[in-house]
Amino acid sequence: MSIGGAEVLPSGGGGLEFLDMGGDIAAQSPLQLFWRRFRQDRVALASGGFIIFLIVLAIAAPLVVKGLGLPSPYTENPNLTDSFGSPLGPTAAHPFGVDQLGEDVMSRVIYGTRVSLEVGILGTGIAAVIGVVLGLIAGFYRGWVDTLLSRFTDVVLSIPILVLGLGIGAACAVRGCLKGSIQPGLGEILFIIALANWTYMYRIVRGLVLSLREREFVDASRALGASDARIMFREILPNLVAPIIVYSSLLIPSNILLEAALSFLGVGVRPPTASWGQMIASATPIFNTAWWYMAFPGIALLLTVLAFNLLGDGLQDALNPRTTR
Amino acid sequence: MSPLVEVRDLVKHFPITKGIVFQRRVGAVQAVDGVSFDIEPGETLGIVGETGCGKSTTARLIMRLLEPTSGRVSFEGEDITHLKGSRLKAVRREMQMIFQDPYSSLNPRKTIGSIIGEPFAIHGLEKGEGERKRAVQELMETVGLNPEHYNRYPHEFSGGQRQRIGVARALALKPKLLIADEPVSALDVSIQAQVLNLLRDLQREFGLTVVFIAHDLSVVRHMCDRVAVMYLGKIVEIGPGDALYGFPRHPYTGALLSAVPVADPSHHGQARRLLSGDVPSPANPPSACRFHTRCPKAQELCSTREPLLEEMDSGTRAACHFPLTREEVGEIGVRSAG
Ligand SMILES: Nc1ncnc2c1ncn2[C@@H]1O[C@H](COP(=O)(O)OP(=O)(O)OP(=O)(O)O)[C@@H](O)[C@H]1O
Ligand SMILES: [Mg+2]
Repeated sequence: MSIGGAEVLPSGGGGLEFLDMGGDIAAQSPLQLFWRRFRQDRVALASGGFIIFLIVLAIAAPLVVKGLGLPSPYTENPNLTDSFGSPLGPTAAHPFGVDQLGEDVMSRVIYGTRVSLEVGILGTGIAAVIGVVLGLIAGFYRGWVDTLLSRFTDVVLSIPILVLGLGIGAACAVRGCLKGSIQPGLGEILFIIALANWTYMYRIVRGLVLSLREREFVDASRALGASDARIMFREILPNLVAPIIVYSSLLIPSNILLEAALSFLGVGVRPPTASWGQMIASATPIFNTAWWYMAFPGIALLLTVLAFNLLGDGLQDALNPRTTR
Repeated sequence: MSPLVEVRDLVKHFPITKGIVFQRRVGAVQAVDGVSFDIEPGETLGIVGETGCGKSTTARLIMRLLEPTSGRVSFEGEDITHLKGSRLKAVRREMQMIFQDPYSSLNPRKTIGSIIGEPFAIHGLEKGEGERKRAVQELMETVGLNPEHYNRYPHEFSGGQRQRIGVARALALKPKLLIADEPVSALDVSIQAQVLNLLRDLQREFGLTVVFIAHDLSVVRHMCDRVAVMYLGKIVEIGPGDALYGFPRHPYTGALLSAVPVADPSHHGQARRLLSGDVPSPANPPSACRFHTRCPKAQELCSTREPLLEEMDSGTRAACHFPLTREEVGEIGVRSAG
């Protein structure tokens, strides 16, 4: 066979007929392909459903509490503790029991959803944005920019995060730090979480960008006159969406746990604001007499973290069909 | 008429480094090493050579996708080697490239419509959704794609169709120069001719100047007015197609031509003469004439003094101390033009 001879170059516009190999198969966007696979993963679907339930619960916490006929989470009621100050266990009026101050545990667990999700989603979001932007810049420009950012990441990664958390907690306890931009409470926790986690996102994104930037579509875009920013954010970033989603969904639960740990250690969210970690901490000394005070926030924490982890696994499988389990 | 593009003494060395933290430079891949040629307006120039000889690097240097180690590229008389910012962006409108790999040259996360429409978006042309869509669909029709596939993704297309998408994107800005870097080497043989025909038709229709890169002289033959043959980062022979195919003077050109598959089966065996040995590493190329390690006519002079491109009486320019003679060309079984 020859491709050099004139015989395979038929005269005239032989190349101009429509080559409709695609037939009538409906066009499928990457999103549709993803949804088709994800839909079949029951565990991930159930986890996703539970997380949506949690989000609704967090947003509508006051309504839910009122609807269930529970007192507000901040209502202290000394009548609900016995003469020794020990709280009462679950009753019809207080299904999860009350704490030492006579506050309703169920009501506080419901409100605690707010803190956990806020920290989990917002903290992860901030960390992801920082990690993605810096990772894009390092992987795209390479050279000294990359060296500088990567060494900086190594430094941040070697900070013991709980110790730092305790330190910041102590230092910012009264009036906040950095001219008040880090306030005690939620702001402080978000800061610690973002600081602790952007590095992981950075490393993943940087590695992927290093290989993506060698693809010819990047050259094609540059040849058309695209700016560096356009290439990074319009050409390369869309190819990173799947790993960013998967990795974020796995970071959320670990951040929820970190918040719980920090609150347990007395940094960050403090009473009367309800947080699961802080409830578990105050339940510790009276666990023998009031098991419910630790059990219910603990179960809530466990289920939430589990749901996010399972959802993350499901997303990973659906977005990256090559991984087999 | 003055040339559209002038390439002068173009050099690109890729450093080879060792070490992870402290990188040391231990050598260089001499991908392109002193290449000069002109591209005349309206012509089709073929660049041919084995894999790794620096064809794509030359194309990327002209396109300003790579910074040259030294040398100069001029476009319409203007030195573009060091242009930056908006001046560079303006020159980019005038020259476009079709890439070698139809799979990695289209962004898998973008629809065909936004891929072909990207040049308009970058240069602020065809503003407005409807207007841009119309322009893109017109281009799709021009290159033989179904305009209704506007919202599809690259993975839904075959290799040949993807290359058409690349052609449409390259033509969107109505460039003067189009560089096609092995546009068909990744495609099925049956589809190659269709894409080649498309390119030829478009060249006529748009009056394009084309640089056509291939690793095989046969593909170039029916496309090009002039042909340059590259070997290890240097041009060894350049000239009008008729002269080069009819009477190759550089032994490397001769060897490439005799390796052209022969259509007539009775010619097999006798007419084939493949190159012996491997291509030497461009990181450590042979001295003087780089072809002397594989050249049947090599003598001592070839390893001590570098031959320069010289005008041959047969019409090409070849860089060889001992160019092929008519008898030798007959012996190695080069099929003469026709
Ligand atoms: N970015 C790079 N870094 C280091 N070396 C490179 C780079 N790009 C190309 N090279 C080297 O330069 C030489 C020429 O490469 P080039 O891609 O120009 O060859 P080519 O003629 O286009 O080959 P092919 O037919 O395989 O496309 C090769 O040895 C290649 O390994
Ligand atoms: Mg190449």
